[in-house]
Amino acid sequence: MTPVEIASWQARMPRAFGPTPRGRALRVLGGVAFLTWLIGTLWWFDVSPQRMWNGLNGLLVITRLMIPPSPGEQWVEILHGLAESVAMAFLGTFIAALIAVPLGFMGANNVVTNTLFRFSLRRVFDGFRGVDQLIWALAYVRAVGLGPLAGVLAIATADIAVLAKLYAEAIENAEKKQAEGIAAAGGSPTLVMRFGILPQVAPVMLGHALYFFESNTRSATILGVVGAGGIGLQIAERIRVRHWDEVAFIIILMVLMVAAIDWLSGKLRRRLIGAR
Amino acid sequence: MNAVSAGVGRQDAAFRELRRQRRTTTVIGLTILAACLLLAARISEFYPSSLAAGVPRIGEYFARITPSLEWAKLFAGVDTEGSLAFWFYRLDAWALLLFETAQMAALATLLGAVVALLLAFPAAKNTGAPAWAYQLSRRFLEATRTVPEIVFALIFVWAFGVGALAGILAIALHSAGALGKLFADAMENVEMRPWDGVRASGGSWFEACRFALLPAALPDLLSYAMLRFEINLRSASVIGFVGAGGIGEELYKVISFNYYEEISAIILLVILSVMVIDLASERLRRRAIEAVA
Repeated sequence: MTPVEIASWQARMPRAFGPTPRGRALRVLGGVAFLTWLIGTLWWFDVSPQRMWNGLNGLLVITRLMIPPSPGEQWVEILHGLAESVAMAFLGTFIAALIAVPLGFMGANNVVTNTLFRFSLRRVFDGFRGVDQLIWALAYVRAVGLGPLAGVLAIATADIAVLAKLYAEAIENAEKKQAEGIAAAGGSPTLVMRFGILPQVAPVMLGHALYFFESNTRSATILGVVGAGGIGLQIAERIRVRHWDEVAFIIILMVLMVAAIDWLSGKLRRRLIGAR
Repeated sequence: MNAVSAGVGRQDAAFRELRRQRRTTTVIGLTILAACLLLAARISEFYPSSLAAGVPRIGEYFARITPSLEWAKLFAGVDTEGSLAFWFYRLDAWALLLFETAQMAALATLLGAVVALLLAFPAAKNTGAPAWAYQLSRRFLEATRTVPEIVFALIFVWAFGVGALAGILAIALHSAGALGKLFADAMENVEMRPWDGVRASGGSWFEACRFALLPAALPDLLSYAMLRFEINLRSASVIGFVGAGGIGEELYKVISFNYYEEISAIILLVILSVMVIDLASERLRRRAIEAVA
């Protein structure tokens, strides 16, 4: 190839000859913008090496105080807190799953054909989903007082919308033939739902509910931080009085409990869904 | 004829037997469920009496939270009661706090993704990292993933002081654990022939990670990190409850002091901004993946 040929090829497909000047400029510009943003936000949040160093030192001291973990003198209280967390998650998920079934049917386009109603219902679901469980918990604590009742209500409210959406999708994905068969044999809409759709979607619904139980066990451990019952309250209290060894002990118990519930729920889920 | 009826009879008996069995399992299952529910209700003090006392108060509370808007004065100035401007009278301060929250989430996602990326290489089985490095990184990711970020935040507030820094670090640590596992799993699914090529031509382990593994896994990693940003935005909006910065601190204050209408205003703002950022981030995610892949 002559240099002239190479030049003509380079003019024709510049990107085959490495980054073009424009590409290189864009990359540099992007890098500079990113660095400016990073330094700007770090400065805004007052992050200095000095502060990081002091914080890490403090963290080291805390970690040293955490070893060895010790239950302290309130074994019973800690266990009660753990049980309360699991109970809150179980009851909250159950209530949410129960209420979400009719809502899911209402939100499914093969059951309710009124588009406007369905559309607005789904937007309401979306809105509920945007509010975090902790916010619900805080609001319920103000409404019904401190204690696990607020936690149960918070878990249930936060989950109804998400479960209803998942249920509606499951119902929409259900095979039509069974439902049509029942309608053709003279079944009423209620019978169609009960015998045509529900048997198909029940395993899916149960599976979703069990998944939510698992994730709610995790979140139920922290709802106590705002006073809504469970082990979170104990952690927050012990951190407040700086009993770090007890904090470490509770965190370890929490992790073990979550792992145990995951294992149990996974087993149950495989049995319930696999059996059908 | 006889043989047929006998066959039908056998089948019928088998059917009845099966049905009886299923009915028994259903009854046993329902009994266990009912027992668990009763136990859970007892432990969590979910009594009919407390519920009956609580439900009216819930209705009352939410009625107080809803703003008293009036159609006629909807677009009037800040001083008119019943107008939108009156409801959102501190919009400027809240917008700044929301912006701060989004920045916290972005910084935390960035930091978490960097840590996760560094740990994912030893935590992926196919890179053949030494056993101690594999175990150490996997266990570290597991531990940080299981402990909720609020707990980290509670501890970091002691170490780093009240403010956004504690929240950023707490969210970053938790997302490092969650992302690290996803990153490692994505890397394990990558085609290994480029890796073998780099190693065979004399590339070091680090070079193989950089030039064989990373380019193939990058689209997946990017999409996980951006999904995580959306999750972190939600966490950042509540992490202020324990004094770790963002809009959560303001929300905690107005809920604690019962500034009823401000509660609904802030929650509405949070929902709206989360929705907008979700939509924008989904677009960006698609385009980024197309650009990288």
